[in-house]
Parts: sequence; C-alpha cells; structure tokens
Amino acid sequence: MTKQIIFTVALLITLGIFAFTIRRIYGFFSLTKPFSISNWGRRVSLMMKVAIGQTKILRFPLIGLVHALVFWGFMVITLGSIEMVIDGLSGMERSMAFTGWFYDVVMASGDIMAYVIMLSMLIFLGRRLFLSVRRFSGIEMQKKSKLDALAALGIIFMLMVSLAGINLTYVQMHPGGYEGVYPLSAALSPALFGEGRDLFVLHEVSWWLHILLIFAFANILPYSKHFHVFTSVPNVLLSRLEPLGQLPNMESVTNEVRMMMNPETAFAPAPEGQAAPARFGVKDVEDVTWKNYLDSLACTECGRCTSVCPANITGKKLSPRKIFVDLRARMKEKGPGLLKDLSFDDGKSLVRDFISAEELWACTTCNACAQECPININHPTLIVDMRRYLVMEEATMPPSIASMLQNIQNNGAPWQYPAEDRMKWAEGL
Amino acid sequence: MSDLAARGETPEYLFWVGCAGAFDERYQKVTRAFVRLLHHAGISYAVLGTEETCTGDPARRAGDEMTFQMQALTVIETLKAYNVKKIITCCPHCFNIFKNEYPDLGGQYEVIHHSQFLRMLVEEGRIKADPAVFSDKTIVFHDPCYLGRGNGEYESPRAVIAALRARTTEMPRNRSKALCCGAGGAQMFKEAEPGNKEVNTERTEEALATGARIVATACPFCMTMLSDGIKFKDKQEEVKNYDIAELLAMSLGL
Repeated sequence: MTKQIIFTVALLITLGIFAFTIRRIYGFFSLTKPFSISNWGRRVSLMMKVAIGQTKILRFPLIGLVHALVFWGFMVITLGSIEMVIDGLSGMERSMAFTGWFYDVVMASGDIMAYVIMLSMLIFLGRRLFLSVRRFSGIEMQKKSKLDALAALGIIFMLMVSLAGINLTYVQMHPGGYEGVYPLSAALSPALFGEGRDLFVLHEVSWWLHILLIFAFANILPYSKHFHVFTSVPNVLLSRLEPLGQLPNMESVTNEVRMMMNPETAFAPAPEGQAAPARFGVKDVEDVTWKNYLDSLACTECGRCTSVCPANITGKKLSPRKIFVDLRARMKEKGPGLLKDLSFDDGKSLVRDFISAEELWACTTCNACAQECPININHPTLIVDMRRYLVMEEATMPPSIASMLQNIQNNGAPWQYPAEDRMKWAEGL
Repeated sequence: MSDLAARGETPEYLFWVGCAGAFDERYQKVTRAFVRLLHHAGISYAVLGTEETCTGDPARRAGDEMTFQMQALTVIETLKAYNVKKIITCCPHCFNIFKNEYPDLGGQYEVIHHSQFLRMLVEEGRIKADPAVFSDKTIVFHDPCYLGRGNGEYESPRAVIAALRARTTEMPRNRSKALCCGAGGAQMFKEAEPGNKEVNTERTEEALATGARIVATACPFCMTMLSDGIKFKDKQEEVKNYDIAELLAMSLGL
C-alpha cells in the first residue's frame, strides 16, 4: 500500500508539472497565425511512412538505422511503461499479462530492444564525444545544445540499464515460471548474478529507478531540444503537403492587387472590414504560423538540413537549422511578455536581432534542407516569409535585387531588355 | 499566338519561352533547338511573343509578393484571352510557378516541362535520335532544384538523355540529393553573400570530377551557373554544357 501511495504521489507531481508546461506552450501557440490543415488520409499515410517507417532519417543509412532502432524500440518499450504505471497505481504485478501471446511478443521485443538501445546510446555518445561530426557544430550550436544532447543520451542509457535490471532480476525471482518472454535477460542473468541469489532489492531499485527516470525525463524534455520525442510524430502528421517548390499565397496581397487592377475600385477607399494586415511577412514570433512554431519545437538540431545547404557548404552565414533554433529561443524570450500584454515590445525582433538579413538573402530556395529534414520541417517558406517582411515592410534589399524588381515592374523581365525584343531568338530560324 | 487567334486558330500548346529563353544569349540557342524539335515532331503550338512577360517568380522568391501578383494576374488575363489550356516551358522556375502557384490566383493549366514533353515524344517514337552521334560521349546530368526536389521530376530528363544512347554517369549528389547550382531564389540576380566559395564552383567541381565531357541541364539558370563554373575552372575547351533539348536536336542534325 505504501508503494501505491508513493507511486500515486510521484505520478501526480509528474502530471502536474507536465500540465503546467503544456499550458505554457499552448499559450505560445495561441500567439501564432493560422495554418490550415486538411487531407487527413494523406497525412496519416505520410506519418506511417516518414515517422513510423523512419524513411527520411534512413537517407543517412548507417546512423539513420541506429536512430530507427531506438525509435522502434521506444514504441514497444512504451507499452511496457504503461503497464508499469497500471501496476504502480493498482499494486498489481504484471497487470497486462492476461493479454497472453501479445504480452509475450511485447515483452520479448522490449527486452531485446533495451539492449539494442543501450548499445545505440553508447554509439551516439561516443560519436558526440570522440568524433567530430561537422553537422554537430555551427554558430547556433551553443553549449546548451551540446549538454542537452549528452544529458538526453545519458538518461536514455540509464532508462535502458534500469529496464534491463528489472528483466534480469525478474526472470530469476520466479524460477517456477514468470509472465512474458525475456530472451536476452534470461540468457544473461545467470552469468551476471549467478543462480539462486535473492534479487528482490535489486529488482525494486531497478523498477523505481526506471519509472522515476521516465517521470523526470518527461518533464525535462519540453525544456530541451529533445521535446522532439513528443512533437516529431505530430509534426510529420501536420506536414505541409504541397510540393516543395510551392510557396504559400498571400491572400491579403491578392485582394489589394485585384482592387488596383480593376479600374472601378482602383481609386476607391478600401471596403470596410477588409483592413490591411498588421504586417506583411514575418518580423517576429507573433507573425509565424503555429506550424512554424511546431517545427521549431520538433527540431532536435540534427543538422541534416545545414549539412546539405549549398549556402552553408560554401561558407555563407546561413544555416537552416539556426532559423528554427532562433525561432524557438525568441518565443521563449518574447512569448511570456506577449502573453501578459499583446502589445509587448522589448525593442528586439526575430529578424535582425536573431536572424540577420545576410542569412536570409543567402538562401537559394533549393529545398535541400526541407527534403532532408527527417520530420518534414519546412525552412524555405519561413525564410521567404522573412524576406517578405524585409522587402514589403522595410524595403531593404540588396541593390541588385531592387533593380531586378524594378526591371520586372518596368519592362516585364528581370533584366533590362525591352519587351519588343522578346522574339529576337527566332530571327533567322 | 495573336496571329493564330486572328486567323481563328487555336494551337494545342502554348510554348512559354521565358525571359531567359528570350533574352539570354546562351539560352536563346536552347529555345531555337526546342522549337526545331517541335517542328520536327509536327506539334501544334504558338508563342506569345512580345505579349509574354515575367511570371513574377524571381520577385516572389525575393519576397516582393506585390510585384509577383501584379505579374501573375496580368499573365493569367493574357492566357485567358487566348484560352490557353496547356503550357510547355523549358524553365523549371516558370514550370513550378504555373503548375503550383498560379492555381491559387485562378490560373489552372496543364503544365509540362520540356524534359517531360521531349520524353513523351521520344517514347512515342515521334522523335528518333541517331544513336551514332553521342555514342562515344559521356553525359552527366545536373538536376535543377525546381524540377527535381521542387516537383519530384528526376527521370524525364534522364529518359531523354538515355534516348541519345550515350554513356551516362551521375554526380555523387544526384536526384533528391542534388546540390543547387546557386542561382535559385533570386540569387541569379545578385552577388552571393560572403563565404569561402561560390556555389556554382562547388557544383562544377563535382560535375568535372565525373570525367564526363558533357554536362547536361534542363534549366536556364543552371546553364548560366554551370557554364560560368566551367569557364572559371578553365575547362571550356574540353567540357561542354548543353541543355537536353540541344543534345536531342544535335542527335537529329537539326
């Protein structure tokens, strides 16, 4: 009974803190702009493929496979964690064992995956500590990012050690027969602990360590880049479905242009209720869509985007990853102020104070970043939205861009050629 | 187009030449090669000529939505006047914007990139390339971003090249992993930001490393960037940069 009470209190504290975090993040989402979602059938199949099937992370086959194993392992192990919560609340032991063969499959694969994930964590940690992987560095990769990564890998490693501890001791504590199948633990346990020892204390320690680490981890995640664990699958489900080449249309501009082009309305005052938008493009966090913000929460800073960016490869300042790292940081900085007062202004903005015009103008909109992102973050649309702010609100652009725009307006071509010369190519044909 | 309209005729296709196809000296040759192929295959088409104007793509990607939409709505009016239903273009940027972005503004067309159109003509046997012309050459194809990643079209240009019966090779970064030439997103019209290398140099080095003597493209901006890159590397004598339409026309002696 004491165990049940302690467990219930721990669970309530966990859920309480989690609810507080979710409320805070929900508040940040409420500051953002709409992004419409339809076509759920296609979305679900995309999620099955890209998130559950891990197809995009496997574009980097070796290390991608290690990630995929960890992900698939987590899926079965999570089923076991749900059972632990039921056990903890009810005082039962192995409460889901009645599911029979299903239980055996889940437990057996969870047991194997615990060791696979343990090994994977050692690979990931070793790679971060002893190899210099180029995409793990960059101006946006501050100390916090690196510590975040090591902490998460360390916690996951300990989660797996404690899970293995549960299985290793459990199989020996019930020599007459136990619930579930634990192929690796059953084989390893005698070698590790000898036979016939009383492993009750070790089992209890492992059990509590495992569940308390889960509770702690769940509450650390939303404050680290590893919030990814919760947000990446929904992020894929809510992906932009349009072809990568397609930019979203600005309806507000369409209305204005149509009025200008129609001689009857060109000089009339704007009709009521059709006020111009507060701002064209994205200057700060309140201008982004909720999907942009979700992208920033789902990003785990793997840097695949930056590693394939032509601008970054050739030494320019632009790093697509930084766009989303900055968006998230800026929301954390400005969001609380905005939630208190929607007109809050700290004299700073996402564009310029976090992301410079130089970075924005270096983008070729080639979409290599979006193509590579394992969780379908879309960088170029946000970059163009920030250019829209620079051009349409500030009219600050490189002089050569200004003359290109002027050429299009004056002679209908980005170069200074007159329209009469448009058929010159056909001369002598 | 207006001549045909005056005679009461409606061609099946509008060939959208594009600004580069009309004005860029190098790309004018591609335009000429492509219309020779259209004539050779007996296609019913017309061009807008002096009535054509920029689709607005570089303006939109530079962030000037106003200029883009002014252009787009003007073009849509013109196309409506001629009752245009099918558009062919050699420019992946024009292709992308007609196909994906004009529908938001009320312009719905069947849009075909010239690589897709030429592939169709080749596969239907309406164009038969002479296999002798390129049999001793090696061709490497550079994927334009707005054809490839932008619209998932990787195979049509390769199918056209395959019809030439040349040897082909690939760069390490190809198809969805292809490296941009450096010109997209309005970069074509500005100096690059400070860095340690030009994007087109990086891509040209990759193309040259394959040993191919012909670097094929299917985009006017890619052509400018790669031609410049080949010149920068002082390889213009040995290595040539052609559009797939030029290669096909050459194989037919057109």
